[in-house]
Amino acid sequence: MSDELTDLYQELILDHSRHPHNFRTIDDPSHMVDAHNPLCGDMLTLYLRIEEGRVVDASFKGRGCAISMASASMLTDQVKGCSLEEAADLFETMHHLLTGTGSPEPTDLGELGALAGVRHYPMRVKCATLSWHALKAALTEGEPQKVTTE
Amino acid sequence: MGLDRAAQCLPAATRTSRWDPGAVRRDFPALQQEVRDAPLAYLDNAATTQKPQAVIESIARYYRKDNANVHRAVHLLSARATAAYEGARAKVAQFLNARSAAEIVFLRGTTEAINLVANGLGLQAEEEVVLTHMEHHANIVPWQLQQARSGATLRVLPISPRGELELEALQGLLNARTRLVTVSHVSNVLGTVNPIRALVNIAHERGIPVLVDGAQAVPHLEVDLQALDCDFYCLSGHKLFGPTGIGVLYGKAERLGVLPPYQGGGEMIRRVSFEGTKFADPPQRFEAGTPHIAGAVGLGAAIDYLQGLGRAAAAEHEQDLLRYAAERLREVPGLRVIGESPDKVAVVSFVMEGVHAHDIGTVLDHKGVAVRAGHHCAMPLMDFYGVPATVRASFAFYNTREEVDRLVEGLHLAREMLA
Repeated sequence: MSDELTDLYQELILDHSRHPHNFRTIDDPSHMVDAHNPLCGDMLTLYLRIEEGRVVDASFKGRGCAISMASASMLTDQVKGCSLEEAADLFETMHHLLTGTGSPEPTDLGELGALAGVRHYPMRVKCATLSWHALKAALTEGEPQKVTTE
Repeated sequence: MGLDRAAQCLPAATRTSRWDPGAVRRDFPALQQEVRDAPLAYLDNAATTQKPQAVIESIARYYRKDNANVHRAVHLLSARATAAYEGARAKVAQFLNARSAAEIVFLRGTTEAINLVANGLGLQAEEEVVLTHMEHHANIVPWQLQQARSGATLRVLPISPRGELELEALQGLLNARTRLVTVSHVSNVLGTVNPIRALVNIAHERGIPVLVDGAQAVPHLEVDLQALDCDFYCLSGHKLFGPTGIGVLYGKAERLGVLPPYQGGGEMIRRVSFEGTKFADPPQRFEAGTPHIAGAVGLGAAIDYLQGLGRAAAAEHEQDLLRYAAERLREVPGLRVIGESPDKVAVVSFVMEGVHAHDIGTVLDHKGVAVRAGHHCAMPLMDFYGVPATVRASFAFYNTREEVDRLVEGLHLAREMLA
């Protein structure tokens, strides 16, 4: 089997997609963003609880392919505890990593580096970036709280 | 290029006595390649078909030798371009058994054809259009735009879980305010062949015209418009082994005759003055501006190719592939086929328990098998089956049983990796 395929669907990704972390709603979220990929019908809602400039809780609900589910699961893990500035930096880093523009070494990112395999699949990049665009919308004042990949 | 290339591009079936996919495949340059270190198994024909060399060459030849604008100049090239363009129109008319070439309008594709009719009807607030639950977005959204403009009502003919129209419900949806029934001939997701003649009869009893979206039908079925008796029929060249950007609206002469122009410009007028303009008769009335001449030429070449191929033998081969695929897909655990009408073309949609369609599509791509994964521009149909997306394998006469085997192998792999 080709290495690129096993690289994309590595155990860590499959674990997250089968058993997504933080797969729940937040009762009293400070931010809630619906994200939709009209290309494939994936939809998810990202919930954040931001207090005093820090993400104290993050979760998501929705349905989608293994890549979009794993990406959202990892996002919620990673963004918890981040300051707003750190969260914005994380978005930038992931955006570069997933789209293959000026990428950092995947090892810098811990678990998130596992998503780098998506770069070899231009048609699947939007699956991985879906939840990250939801994060960016949540962090950006005045952005619509509804994002699509199109 | 002394010898006419067309002579070397005769369809394979005319060269062989029995159906030989290997020979047919040699007519299609795109099928000769490897993708991801495997021979390409192209099973996405409902999205678009590959083009035979005869089509590619006809377009190149047109640009090399005959290129000029149509219906305009007195010079020889313009005469040749006009003959080629109008010749293609005559071919389409004969291919579909229309009464006359004047009933054939060249447009960009099925979507534009439906939009033209939807715009032209001039729907009023109290009026109604009936469509079906299995329509492609191209046969839903143009009507919704008119609904938004006019306040007209859309009524939806239901389908059964097997993926067939509930035709007995049609009578109850029709009334004195119904302006049109619009329906796909073949579902792009389910593969179901709809009973158009029976549906037309029901609508015509009340004097209601019927539009048929034939985009998915013409690649598989021999379509006889006079036998179907529908009022409008739409198709796309690129799904019929022809080029993109060219399509057809057929309309009965009396129906096209009362439709207003869709766009204004050159070609569609009889006389223009600042006091007012007289429009040309159909089909020119609907072909404002320089048309896609090379596209029409390519579509004509595709029709020539198909007719030379022997359509009955091609259809028989496709039905064999459909039966074989249905049988082999049953071997894959957790796989559910969507669309189980006994009257289907070679299109198979399915879902796999625990694995998203997009992930299956990527695994198959890795084995060189090209399928479509997604909602297939039929989201209401996805909702009906309660799935966000399906995988769709859609076959053409150049596909093989071996490619079905590779599809099934890929599905086993996807299941092992991802389920």
